[in-house]
Formats: sequence, structure tokens, C-alpha cells
Amino acid sequence: MKLKNHGLSNLLIKRPIIAITLIVLILQCGFIFGQSADDILSKVDLNLSSNNRVFESTMNIIGRRGSRFIKSKTYAEGYKKSFTEYLYPPGDKGTKMLKLEDHLWIYSPSTDRTIQISGHLLRQSLMGSDLSYEEMMEDRKLTEMYKVNIEKKEEIFGRRCYVLYLEAKVEDVAYFTQRMWVDVERFVPLKQELYSKSGKLLKWMKSEKIQKTGERWFPMKVIYKDVMKEGDGTEFEITDIKFNQYITPSIFSKASLKK
Amino acid sequence: MIRFLIKGLLKDRSRSLIPLIVTSFGVMITVVLHSWLTGIMSESLELNANITTGHMKVMTKAYSEVMDLSPLNLSIIGADSLVKGLKKSYAGTDWVKRIRFGGLVDVPDEKGETKAQGPVVGWSLDLLTKGTKEIERFNLKKSLISGSLPKKTDEGLLTDVFAKRYNIGIGDTFLLFSNTFEGSMSFTNFTVAGTIRFGSEAIDRGALIIDIKAAEKSFNMEDSAPEILGFLEHQYDDEKVNLISEDFNSLYRNNDDEFRPYMIRMRDQNDMGSIIDYSQAIGTLMVAIFVGAMSVVLWNAGLLGGLRRYSEFGIRLAMGEEKIAIYKSLIYEAILIGLIGSITGTISGLGISYYLQEKGIDISNLMPNSSILMPQIARANITIAALYIGFIPGLVSTVLGAVISGIGIFKRKTSMLFKELEV
Repeated sequence: MKLKNHGLSNLLIKRPIIAITLIVLILQCGFIFGQSADDILSKVDLNLSSNNRVFESTMNIIGRRGSRFIKSKTYAEGYKKSFTEYLYPPGDKGTKMLKLEDHLWIYSPSTDRTIQISGHLLRQSLMGSDLSYEEMMEDRKLTEMYKVNIEKKEEIFGRRCYVLYLEAKVEDVAYFTQRMWVDVERFVPLKQELYSKSGKLLKWMKSEKIQKTGERWFPMKVIYKDVMKEGDGTEFEITDIKFNQYITPSIFSKASLKK
Repeated sequence: MIRFLIKGLLKDRSRSLIPLIVTSFGVMITVVLHSWLTGIMSESLELNANITTGHMKVMTKAYSEVMDLSPLNLSIIGADSLVKGLKKSYAGTDWVKRIRFGGLVDVPDEKGETKAQGPVVGWSLDLLTKGTKEIERFNLKKSLISGSLPKKTDEGLLTDVFAKRYNIGIGDTFLLFSNTFEGSMSFTNFTVAGTIRFGSEAIDRGALIIDIKAAEKSFNMEDSAPEILGFLEHQYDDEKVNLISEDFNSLYRNNDDEFRPYMIRMRDQNDMGSIIDYSQAIGTLMVAIFVGAMSVVLWNAGLLGGLRRYSEFGIRLAMGEEKIAIYKSLIYEAILIGLIGSITGTISGLGISYYLQEKGIDISNLMPNSSILMPQIARANITIAALYIGFIPGLVSTVLGAVISGIGIFKRKTSMLFKELEV
């Protein structure tokens, strides 16, 4: 370090213009690099997040004893309000979920009861799938939750990708770090690895069927695999999605659960 | 000869009283300890068998690999016919379906929304079939704190601690939120029939007991069961269980299906093997301790007696009695003392053991925060072994003491007798 400092101070004295140019260039490079990582994540958010959205989806849960198919319709506003109604299979038809802030209400038509769950239970498996209640019903911006660095560029699934390393900057996140492969052209994550604070891989996701919807690229199918869970993962597919639609405010009320 | 010896023992009590008391006391302690330890170990084993492990258990091979997680989706399908087959194949055994589950008990307010909520571990067992042994196995009648046992499928028993904590009373309705066999959400309303207390803090914190039929309906598990528990007619018997499990598993030896039925023994679960081995070793352990300790004590007593009777043996030798005859009479005396001491010790030991078997000792306060299943009342258990476990070592060690201490007789020299006797 002493030698380096000595060299730099020598350079500053002998060739001040070159030295200053070098310093500015180094600083600029770092700035640009940092900006580009944030930019990439912002562009990912622009593609994935929206003020509100209405979508119909299917879940194919591939277990050890065969697969199970679930169909639902979801209305979401920001990441704090969400309403899902299950349409299939018959046993789950009519089950509704309402998520407001950190609370989730589930209505069961068979018992005509509404129960509330919150806290860590929101991170439990949804209907035996590899998704948690949070993942199904939340649409929080990544830039709000994580600070990001670019690790490298890599090709996966035949597409050039930035490999981003995300580290939580807020407390209330399910996964402390993430590694995300983002398509360099479309800014859609093609693969994600989700880790605990101790660095243990908890879940991975792969995106398929990337489609242009309006101005944004959106993955219509995501395969989730909870590594702590048996089975071959859950295929979550959006069959129809509309962004920035008008949603009747009463949808996000407890009264709508029993309707 | 015997009458002569008895007369001697009775008239000279200093010769017989201490060895008799020592033998009798030692035998009594051995009998009581053996019965007590056998009682605690066997009750503990039976309690674990009744609630968790069975004497043996049938499940799918896939389930057996992750059985601690109790995954319902790896259950046996076609469980009813399998139960029938097991009962038919292994006469004298009882086989029952059990569903262990986890879930949330949700207590509603007047609007039907969540008022209070807590996690529970649940057991579903046959509560309603006439003549069911499951109520006795779970000791439900004695564990009942308030209310009654369920009389309908939509009734359940909650632990008293849980009910008090969430302010749920008899007749109140609650919702059980859990998972179905396929992994979907399961919602079922139940009414509290009664509250219970098992005595294990881990269980009492939050447990729910419902009828097996209710669980089958709630979790979409008609004709399925994650576990089929098997019970022998009497207590756990390692040999019988080994024979049954080997025979059963041999039927599926060439079957590679991960959902094939697979039987495991009680000793294969929850580290019960070491407890079973320990309980079986109690007898040997007791004998070893007794013979070792008592031999030393009685040998010392014999030596002291020998020293005290030094003059007597000298006079007898001087009067011309053969050394071997004196040695034999010493051993005969020891046999008599051993017999009387062992008989009185065994009888008094059995008496105390019987009291402990019938009354028991409440040990629930000793383990208020216990996380393992232990009986609340510790009881002794009198087995056939109690009749000889103290008796034989009592007799043997007394005689052994006399045999060793009596060797000194042969070291006496006749020429020195008069000098020794100071005549």
C-alpha cells in the first residue's frame, strides 16, 4: 500500500493531468457499473411490477404421487393489496384469499369461516405448492428490497444474461440474498436462486414463455422449486394478464370474501 | 443335623442375626429395585408404544424415510384391507390406523372471524367404534380434565393448557386449518367435547384428539393412513415383533415400489432400541450388582463371624472334630441363613413392590417441563423374575461368603490350639 501511495503521489507530482484523468476514469467506471446494476434491477421491476394487475393462473404441483392442478384468478394493487379466488379443483373452488398489508384472510366456503393468518405463516407453502402465500400474492419491487451487484455475464437457456447478486437492504424479506440471471435484452429474470441469511439455497425459479405484453416483457410461466420440499416443483402459469386495470376498491375488503 | 444347626442359630443369635438381616435386606432391595425399574421401563415403553410407535408400525417405504415429518401424501392407500389382512395373518395382534397431523386451531368471534389461533399437533384415532382399545391406549379417561370423550365425529379433545390459553370451553366450536392428503387446504369445524392433560409439557402445550373418521374426511384420506400401528396382546416382546416384521417385509422383498407397505419395529423408532435393550438388561444388572455387593458384605460378615468364633472352632478342633466337618457345618449354617434371609427378603420385597404397583408414586411434579413421554405415576411391575431375582443371589452370596471366610479353618494347627486357647 505504501509503495502504491508513493507511486500515485509521484505520478500526481510528475504527471498531474494523467493522474487526475486516471482517477476520474476509475471513479466514473465504478459509478457507471453501480448505476448499471441498479438500472438493470429497475428495468426488471418495470417489467414485472405494476400499479395493479388482474390475472388468471394455473398451478401444476408435481409431487411424488403425481401432479395436482389448481386454477385461480387474482386481483392485485401494488404489493399490499391482493385478492385471489380459487376456481379449480372442485374441492378448492370458492376458497378466497385476501391479503392486506401483512395479514391474510382465507375464506372457506365448506365451513363458511374466514380465518386470518399472518407473520411467518405467510411464508408457508400455498396449497402444497412450492410457492408461499407471499410469493403468490405479493408484487413488491426488487429495488425496494435489495441492493444489487453485477457478478458477471453468462449465457443460459440460449440467452445472454447479467448475473446479479442481490442482498436484502430491508428486514422483512423472505430470502436474504438472491442470484438472478437477467436477460440482457429483455430485462426479465430467466433464473433465480434464493438463499437464506446463512447462505443456504432455499428455492430456485426458472422463467419460461417470455412474452411481450404492451410495453413490457413478462414471464408467463415460472417453475418454482422449494429445495426443502419433496416433489419436482410447481409450474405456475399465467393464462391471462391485464396490467393497470381499474379494480373496484370493494374487492379488497373482507366483505368480498363471502360474496 | 439341620435341627441341631437351627437350634444353634436360634440360641446364639449373634451368630445368625446380622447375616440374616443383611441377606434379607439385600434381597428385599433387589426385588423392589427390580420391580420398580421394570415397572418404569415397561410403562414408559408401553406409553410410547400406545401413543407414538406401536409395538410395530406399517407405513409406505417412502414414508418410513421421512416419517418424522409425517407427510400425509406418502400414506398407504388401501389401508382398510391391509388392516384386515394383518389382523388375519397375525393372530392375537391388534392393528389400528392412525393419522398424526399438524394444524392451526382457529377460534371464531361472533362474526365467524378469527378471535384466537394457535398451532396444534393432532392425533386421530378410533374413538367411536364399540370396544375400541384406543381410548385406553391414550389413557383418555384418566387424562380428562373437563367435559367428556367425543361421542360424534365432529367433536374433539383439546389439551387443557391450550383451551385455557385461548379461552375455549366445552361446547365451543373451533376450526381446524390443516392440509389434505394432496396438499390442499383443509378446513373443518369441531366442537370441544372435553379437555385433557397428558403430563408432557411438549404435548400439553397444544394437542388435539379427533376421531379417525373425522380426520379421514377432513384430509381426504378415506381408506388411507400414513401409519398402521400394531400391538401385541400383552407387553412388548422383541422376539415376537421381530418374527412378525421379518415375515411381513419378506412378502414385499422383490417389490421396488416406493409406496409398498413396510413394517418397522418399535426398537427402530425414536431411539427406543436402547431403552428396550436397557429394560431387558435390568435383571442381569441387578443380579450382578447384588452378588458383587452382597458377597463383599457377607464375606466380611463371615470373616468377622469367623474371628469371633475363633475360640469356638479351636475348642471344636481340640475336641477332635474334623476341620472339614466344621467347614461343612459353617456352610450348612450359611445355607440356612441364606434360605431364611432370602425368603423373608423376597416376601417383604414383593410386599413393597405390590404396594408400589398398586399405588405408584406421582412423579409429574418432578418433570414439569418434560419433552419426552413419561408416565405421570411411576409404578412397580411384579414379574416372575421378582421371585428369584433376589432369592438366588441372596442364597449364593451368603454361601459364597461362608465358603471364602471358612477357608481359615484349614489354616489352624492342632499343635498351636492349646497355646491359642490359653489353656
